[in-house]
Amino acid sequence: MRVTISVNGREHARDIAPRTLLVDFIRNEIGLTGTNIGCDTSQCGACTVHMDGRAVKSCTVLAVQADGSDVTTIEGLAAGGELHPMQQAFWDEHGLQCGFCTPGMIMAAVKLVEGTPDISGDAIRHGLEGNMCRCTGYQNIVNAIKAGAVAMAGGES
Amino acid sequence: MSTYIGKSMKRVEDPRFVQGKGRYVANLALPGMIHVAVKRSPFAHARIASIDGSAAEALDGVIAVYTGQDLLDSGVGSLPCGFTPPGIKTPPHHPLAVDKVRHVGDGVAVVVAEDPYVAEDAVDLIRVDYEPLAAVVDARKAMDDGAPLVHDDVEQNLSFHWPLGDADATAHAIESADHVVQLEFSNQRLIPNAMEPRACAAQWDGSTESMTVWTTSQNPHTIRLLLGAFTLGIPEHKLRVISPDVGGGFGSKIFHYAEEVIVPWVARAVGRPAKWVASRSEAFITDAHGRDHVTRAELAVTQDGTFTGLRVTTWANMGAYLSTFAPLIPTALYITLLSGLYKIPAIFGEAYGTMTNTVPVDAYRGAGRPEASYLVETLVDLAARDLGMDPIELRRKNLIAADEFPYQTPVALAYDSGDYQRLFDKAEELSEYGRLRRQQEEARAAGRLVGIGFSGCIEASGPAPSAVAVGLGAAIGLYESGVVRVHPTGKVVVLTGSHSHGQGHETTFAQIVADELGVPIDDVEVVHGDTDRTPYGVGTYGSRSAAIGGSALVKSAEKIRAKLTELAAHLVEASVEDMVYDRETGTISVQGSPETALGFAQLAFALTTADNLPEGMEPGLEATSFYDPANFTFPCSAHVAQVEIDRDTGEVTVVSYAAVDDVGNVVNPMIVEGQILGGIAQGVGQALWEHGMYDDSGQLLAGSMMDYAMPRADGFPPIAVDRIETPSPHNPLGIKGAGEMGTIAGTATISSAVLDALAPLGIRYLEMPLTAEKIHDAIVAATEGGGA
Repeated sequence: MRVTISVNGREHARDIAPRTLLVDFIRNEIGLTGTNIGCDTSQCGACTVHMDGRAVKSCTVLAVQADGSDVTTIEGLAAGGELHPMQQAFWDEHGLQCGFCTPGMIMAAVKLVEGTPDISGDAIRHGLEGNMCRCTGYQNIVNAIKAGAVAMAGGES
Repeated sequence: MSTYIGKSMKRVEDPRFVQGKGRYVANLALPGMIHVAVKRSPFAHARIASIDGSAAEALDGVIAVYTGQDLLDSGVGSLPCGFTPPGIKTPPHHPLAVDKVRHVGDGVAVVVAEDPYVAEDAVDLIRVDYEPLAAVVDARKAMDDGAPLVHDDVEQNLSFHWPLGDADATAHAIESADHVVQLEFSNQRLIPNAMEPRACAAQWDGSTESMTVWTTSQNPHTIRLLLGAFTLGIPEHKLRVISPDVGGGFGSKIFHYAEEVIVPWVARAVGRPAKWVASRSEAFITDAHGRDHVTRAELAVTQDGTFTGLRVTTWANMGAYLSTFAPLIPTALYITLLSGLYKIPAIFGEAYGTMTNTVPVDAYRGAGRPEASYLVETLVDLAARDLGMDPIELRRKNLIAADEFPYQTPVALAYDSGDYQRLFDKAEELSEYGRLRRQQEEARAAGRLVGIGFSGCIEASGPAPSAVAVGLGAAIGLYESGVVRVHPTGKVVVLTGSHSHGQGHETTFAQIVADELGVPIDDVEVVHGDTDRTPYGVGTYGSRSAAIGGSALVKSAEKIRAKLTELAAHLVEASVEDMVYDRETGTISVQGSPETALGFAQLAFALTTADNLPEGMEPGLEATSFYDPANFTFPCSAHVAQVEIDRDTGEVTVVSYAAVDDVGNVVNPMIVEGQILGGIAQGVGQALWEHGMYDDSGQLLAGSMMDYAMPRADGFPPIAVDRIETPSPHNPLGIKGAGEMGTIAGTATISSAVLDALAPLGIRYLEMPLTAEKIHDAIVAATEGGGA
């Protein structure tokens, strides 16, 4: 099947098997390997990307469902050579160790805090229900997302 | 004095990770790459009558199907066990099963295809005719008469029996005790679940007859050694093993796995680069699991609360095959830790390592030491309850005193340093223990189930003196390598045999070397994880990297400083004894004459021009050291947690958690705290949620992240972390391991808190995981039985 998907602002047209998962389209067809695959069952959230402005788990979306969509991956988050405020916050707050869950965690976090710069620690913890990290115990991720939320609001205002 | 050591430097590796530029094995794409998928047994125990791969081979895009016999016929060897105490039985472990399958997930054949989707399709087309056999899954029942034999030549499924300590003295202590606390329990099986599933890729170079293997390993040199000497049969000097960015390990990526043999074998057989990436489902049924003990324990104590003896028998589940270090875990990393933080005059422990029809069990974060600490601390809590003493007071009464180090335990180890009373003081302070107990009284009066948990745990980290390790049965020494290479311009490359898979060595090792040499940290680059770039190294596990790998770098930096000092003395025509190396500025001058100062880069370049060197000095500036520690280091912890249990549902809420650890000197406090926090989460995971549960037929019931309860963000309150520092005398940095303490303490602390909450109901003990269902049932049984 022919699909055309915009990934990080660039259109990619490919002939693919209908069963191709969006994450495999991104990783294998486009060659953007920042989006990681951590589970088969939509639990871990490592593969989270933005599709038409929403955070989705790209292991649970078929590429054909994304036909005509705008997709943003972790590689497309930074702009003009500057880290996105959420990326910067994860670095500043030591919100990562092995880094494998990090792209999905950051992509989920950006959507979680959009419009809520004063989001509470509890709300972040509940909002991360679909993202697993085995290294950090989440505490510094929560701190990073809080800081990132503030920085994102500052950047917008 | 230090510019960098002791500071929370932000990690230099993070910019690539936050931008999705991590270099994980699964990301590797080489021209012409083919894909490997493994056909795995759905049975726990069965004879393989036949394997028919013809339908799979006929599928468009399939290149080949191979079986275990193909590997065996080509000379592929058995996956070896690297810890073999005397008398151990080590049954063969073929990368693909050839006679029978011994656990669900045991590989029987592989498909090689142009595309990973096609490879998966073809796996389903392989027809295997199995003759199912009865299975055994329980470590203790495996030794029963008539239990199915996992390996025909391992009688009673008993691989080894490992006793340690004075059995007679311990028996006497127990028989003559005022009081004996007895407990039989299981320490449940855990599944490590590093977020990155294992992966392996390989490329054969026919022109040089050499193989490059990329694998998700914590110790690529060990994998190269085992591939070269035991399994693949390509000699070590023709093998390069690369472990680039690895997405967490927690022990599970130490071991030599079947796919590390199969993938390079396929790459050579087909003549194209090959790759295999585990699905999470495969990870559940192939990554080595952790824990899984059945234990009987007795603690003898006097009426006034003095410990007099401890006797422990443990049946340790080894699974279907002996994984690389499996027998080490319930023996030299478990029985030896049974003294805890305490003076216990008589200890006897013994472990039976048994084979079962389950995934092999090996080191998982803590590895033996969490099992030991959980055992000791649980018995101590029960003793406190029986004697009517405060659990912290009872512990304090038996603690090894600060002036008693080095302290020789009755179970082989000699603890290096510590101040346990001060550790406890700080934990009581940080947690506001007195206030917690008062709050608990009020809550209990109101009918609420609130518990306060406490644990004081010890770990032997940084294995080990090689002579001791090999004497116990290890097949390799446990030192570490470190190279400091100074380029002509004074820029420094550090090569380490340690491996970072989340620990942040690229930052911390640069901190160490920059301080040792007096150079800017930005001038130091740390390289790890490539056997062609770094000298033979042992790798990262057992919380050993900073203490041993860091110390190797200190030794190399000392050699660099000595050479530069001799050169500077020559250039300013002074004697070496009069020279001073300023480690803040990286300059060398005659004592009291700063105008004679020569800079680091200037001297490095002088070793490049090499036209004016002291007699006998070689040009160039590079030093290599292999550091073998004199002893383990012994980090310790005192953690306090408050939990509340919902009386109606049995659900546990962790209300507060305070952790005080002594990991000796600290290179980067931010990273150490991150390790402690992450460790605690895994420890709490064992206490409350995680269980790699099998049914009696050997089916893994918790075989996906839908069924296996991984810790999630909303399971934790903010955790307070603090520490004391008693430097270890056994390494030049005074470091003790920091990677596993949180896990060890987290399990014991939360279990302690939950049992404390349930104590008023007369519930004495519940096994982990302390799930809502289990607690609910216990509450119902207790209240019905007690008429409450």
